[in-house]
Amino acid sequence: MSVALSAQEITRALTRISHEILEKNQGSTNIVLLGIPTRGAHIATRISSIITSIEGTEVPTGTLDITLFRDDLRMRPPRAIMPTKIPTSGIEGKDVILVDDVLFSGRTIRAALDALGEIGRPRTVALAALVDRGHRELPIKADFVGKNLPTSKSQSVKVLLSEIDGRDEVTIEEGAE
Amino acid sequence: MKHLLSIADLNKSEAISILDTATELGRVSDGAVKKLPTLRGRTIVNLFAEDSTRTRISFEAAAKRLSADVINFSAKGSSLSKGESLKDTAMTLQAMGADAVVIRHPASGAAQRLAESEWMSGSVVNAGDGTHEHPSQALLDAFTIRKHLGMGGTDLSGLSVAIVGDILHSRVARSNVLLLSMLGAKVTLVAPPTLLPVGIQSWPATVSYDLDAVIPHVDVVMMLRVQQERMSDLFFPNAREYSRYFGLNGERMANMKSGAIVMHPGPMNRGLEISAEVADSARSVITEQVTNGVSVRMAILYVLLAGGALEVGSN
Repeated sequence: MSVALSAQEITRALTRISHEILEKNQGSTNIVLLGIPTRGAHIATRISSIITSIEGTEVPTGTLDITLFRDDLRMRPPRAIMPTKIPTSGIEGKDVILVDDVLFSGRTIRAALDALGEIGRPRTVALAALVDRGHRELPIKADFVGKNLPTSKSQSVKVLLSEIDGRDEVTIEEGAE
Repeated sequence: MKHLLSIADLNKSEAISILDTATELGRVSDGAVKKLPTLRGRTIVNLFAEDSTRTRISFEAAAKRLSADVINFSAKGSSLSKGESLKDTAMTLQAMGADAVVIRHPASGAAQRLAESEWMSGSVVNAGDGTHEHPSQALLDAFTIRKHLGMGGTDLSGLSVAIVGDILHSRVARSNVLLLSMLGAKVTLVAPPTLLPVGIQSWPATVSYDLDAVIPHVDVVMMLRVQQERMSDLFFPNAREYSRYFGLNGERMANMKSGAIVMHPGPMNRGLEISAEVADSARSVITEQVTNGVSVRMAILYVLLAGGALEVGSN
């Protein structure tokens, strides 16, 4: 097991992502952050509070569960459905930023785009990921990346967040789950 | 989990996970999203050998919101009315590739017979078998109670529920006694002695013959329909007397705890077990039970069908 990102590096990466989001969208006025449960939701909340501390404005932040839209449901036992909370301002005409912890095959994001399509029509959809570990199976790419982490398919990437795991850390372990 | 035949098939954490799943699915149907792709390509057959309004429509709506294909099949208008056996019907459904059968049948144990047979390979959901069980109704009742009165917890501990009326013929009562007591609620059955089944002492519930004594102490009053179609004998002298002792009217409702709710699985005999005043009152959550029924049945179909259990070997 090796540590890919320390707690401090995670904070720096999220701070940089927050600045990049603001820069690309020329401010925070039309942004909606949607985190993909479980860890993506916590990362979205953190980015939201960093943006608030930079700009002084609240950014509508919610969660988007993609379980019901997955394409691999039949291959695994049923999964628990996590909450979907869309901010009251909605996503119609907004610049939605999807937030996830690890970008891997891209299938989660495909499902997220389907889930978004059921809710409304954002003006743009962008993707922020704390870690991009490669091995895409679909033509999907992140707009904001905390760290590009070259991995082999036999390794597994674990993101630990203090909200759930008690500490912040990203590790690479040998042997896929 | 492959089949849902009885509440006894579930343990507490499975029951709670169905309720939690229903909560999330309920949020989905509240919002702009009415349809989810989750069960696309699956075929669900509603096999109803006994009349039903709510349960059949509810299962149909639930399956359609999850994008499954639904085939409705009722005794009237099918070969069941020509005397075709359950076995032949089931083998026909198997030949058509049904992934799940939602079955209602006048014979107790019909769902279990179907599930344990080799006639078909799909999932079986018991939507009411004779006077045995009606698990999806109990789950939606528990869901409704938890939504209204659950004190933030995941189960129903600390709540007391009275189930009143024709316990003898009620599959709803059987499933509810099992489920509500499993979830920690204290259940009291109120009925005339003639409408209580033999062996009631072994149920996880207390029994009372006096509705007026029970009403002020419970959080939920669940009224049951007097099932005249199943009554071959005289179980009470006449409707007026039944209504007087075991019916819920405005006067009795006034003695309920503040915040307590009135439930009924439907269809109601207005004026017999429940007065119109009560059925249409602010305490009544009867129409909400119907709404919640769709979410709970979506959760049941999700748990039984969304996983890979049926596709062992593929991929």
